[in-house]
Amino acid sequence: MYKAFLIKYAEIAIKGKNRYIFEDALVDQIRHVLKGVDGEFDVVKERGRIYVFARGEYDYEETVEALKRVFGIFGICPAVVLQDQGYEELAKAVVSYTQEVYGDKTMTFKMDVRRTKKSYPMNSMELNAELGGEILDACPNMKVDVHKPDVFIHVEIRDKIYLYSQVIPGPGGMPVGTGGRAMLLLSGGIDSPVAGYMIAKRGVKIDAVYFHAPPYTSERAKQKVVDLAKLVARYSGPIRLHVVNFTDIQLYIYEKCPHEELTIIMRRYMMKIAEAFAEKDGCLGLITGESIGQVASQTMQSLAATNEVCTMPVFRPVIGFDKQEIVDVALKINTYETSILPYEDCCTIFVAKHPVTKPSLKVIKRSEEKLQEKIEEMMEEAIQTAETIICE
Amino acid sequence: MEAYLDNSATTKCFEEVKDIVVKTMMEDYGNPSAMHLKGVEAERYVKEAASAIAKTLKVQEKEIFFTSGGTESDNWALVGTAYANCRQGKHIITTSFEHAAVSAPLEWLKEQGYEITVIPVDERGNLSLEKLEAAIRPDTILVSTMYVNNEMGAVVPVEAAAKLVHDRNPKTVYHVDAIQGYGKYRIYPKRMGIDLLSVSSHKIHGPKGVGFLYVSEKVKIHPMILGGGQQKGMRSGTDNVPGIAGLGTAARMVYENHEEKMEKLRALKTYLAKNLSEMERVVINGPLPKDGAPHIINASFLGVRSEVLLHTLEDKGIYVSAGSACSSHKRAASASMTAISADQERRESAIRFSLSEFTTKEELDYTLEQIRTVLPVLRKYARH
Repeated sequence: MYKAFLIKYAEIAIKGKNRYIFEDALVDQIRHVLKGVDGEFDVVKERGRIYVFARGEYDYEETVEALKRVFGIFGICPAVVLQDQGYEELAKAVVSYTQEVYGDKTMTFKMDVRRTKKSYPMNSMELNAELGGEILDACPNMKVDVHKPDVFIHVEIRDKIYLYSQVIPGPGGMPVGTGGRAMLLLSGGIDSPVAGYMIAKRGVKIDAVYFHAPPYTSERAKQKVVDLAKLVARYSGPIRLHVVNFTDIQLYIYEKCPHEELTIIMRRYMMKIAEAFAEKDGCLGLITGESIGQVASQTMQSLAATNEVCTMPVFRPVIGFDKQEIVDVALKINTYETSILPYEDCCTIFVAKHPVTKPSLKVIKRSEEKLQEKIEEMMEEAIQTAETIICE
Repeated sequence: MEAYLDNSATTKCFEEVKDIVVKTMMEDYGNPSAMHLKGVEAERYVKEAASAIAKTLKVQEKEIFFTSGGTESDNWALVGTAYANCRQGKHIITTSFEHAAVSAPLEWLKEQGYEITVIPVDERGNLSLEKLEAAIRPDTILVSTMYVNNEMGAVVPVEAAAKLVHDRNPKTVYHVDAIQGYGKYRIYPKRMGIDLLSVSSHKIHGPKGVGFLYVSEKVKIHPMILGGGQQKGMRSGTDNVPGIAGLGTAARMVYENHEEKMEKLRALKTYLAKNLSEMERVVINGPLPKDGAPHIINASFLGVRSEVLLHTLEDKGIYVSAGSACSSHKRAASASMTAISADQERRESAIRFSLSEFTTKEELDYTLEQIRTVLPVLRKYARH
């Protein structure tokens, strides 16, 4: 029945002269996700709206699911498209649409007719009154409420006539690519994919870095991270994932520094390496899945200690979330099941029984002096030998 | 160099197996139940496979039923027998180191109101026959044991067990999970007193996704998969002709020159075990190498976690397993290692090496050499 979708967008509407940038990004992103859907589509921007037209047969559910993953979309309105064949035909179509969608439900409605095609013989006020009357006659359980109706029944008269009333909620946010680029530190856990999703939602293009520690972490652990990146990419668009071999650095720290400081020092080097990749890729910030107090390395003191090594802003979108709140998002974006697969990640393999929870920067820095001899060279090597995987 | 030492997880197919699988997929691809000639030709492969297998066991062809593999065979043997004999009793006996394909369906039967007695094994993986004997009751309908334990290679004296079971209760059905034993031992169910025998194809150089259950004609068993009535109504579903033909070929081939091959296999295993046990802080788990199965050796490399050694070796082209490959996706401790009451350090550092008739001494030498090199390095970075 639906041959088109009217796309409602949220915050873009309030952007001033930059508005076209946001709209164009949204159109691009919609075209991108629809590539994966059965059917052929035209995505058209006209007069402050975006329409998706299906050219022929297409999969309705798949299309809606795909559109629900496009940041910047506030609502998706499936629309019936009619040729102008005179008022009688229009009235029939409006009635049968209403009956089909709402049956004999008891509810209130309001007509909202817009007439862009001024040559149409009736004006919008007349059409509102007439079409509303037709619905009242045909559906005894429907009443008009012009102040707080349950549904608006929209009729737009252009070259063709569009009929819609449902609004399927979109994810909100901003179209990806309008908010710059940032580097996500992606582990195999629950939090970091959620963090990536949340930043991408604000229009940010995401790249990612993963620290691999063979033989302490397995090929499956790496595959899991690739799979997670692909799941996030369903929303964010393709992710460039840098897989860094971190084993040597980890063992070197293990050898030279006190074990209880291992995780903090290791994370400091991870941040440094991530920042190096971020600079290379033109990113303006780092993203982590840290949440205050979740583990020893995420206490306020630990966060301050890891933060100290980078000059770029570090975005921590789940910083104030409880674990369950993060899990809820992970479930929503479908990363949870993959995240809980039981493979070791490199943060846990050498973890001390009692890691420091309130590291002093002075002490940490003194420990790091013991690494001076080789660490720069090792970091360079790790960056040079990293493997880059495009996840989409 | 590559050394594949994970043959208890799965094996490489024989060349001849590959050929017959391809032939039954590309030329003789008929449905054996079809009435036309192409069906008859396909049926011939199934009959030949049943006959080849029956010959290795010295049983009748009609007592061989093809399944989708070891797990289905075990499930069917247990659940099908339990249901068919529930009027006689609801008591079933098993051991503490069975594969999940046996322990999980028994757990399910327990929920259905059956009573399950689990006989423990000692630290070498020996099953106490006295305890088994004492557990048998008039209402015991089924006893299920492995032939060869998949993780440590411990061997259950099935012939003695069968005799004891039947002496105590002639009506009790004795099921043997021979998934690691078939192809390594000559198994004659009639002579040994085995009523049901589960076998998997891909452990004996056959294709995956196929296996069989030997069902003695005396045993009452319910079919579990119902449908078109294939295999005399005992196991419906279009016969997996390529799989079955491959399995038949593999069964025939593993028992060719059998004594000679097993002697060679045991010599290789002994060689590996001797060299491993000479290494510092390496413990052999389960049976003494001379007592265990000819192809499995399980050793703990104290101070190195299994996964780490496994991945280090994988990097050198050496493939082994930590616990049993089927269960290593789970974090839970291995059932067999717990059954022999190994302490945590031993459990967490256990590696299984499993050999096949394709294994060479060169592969073992290469493996030993690599282990000797990496062990001190890995121990240096142990978790504290």
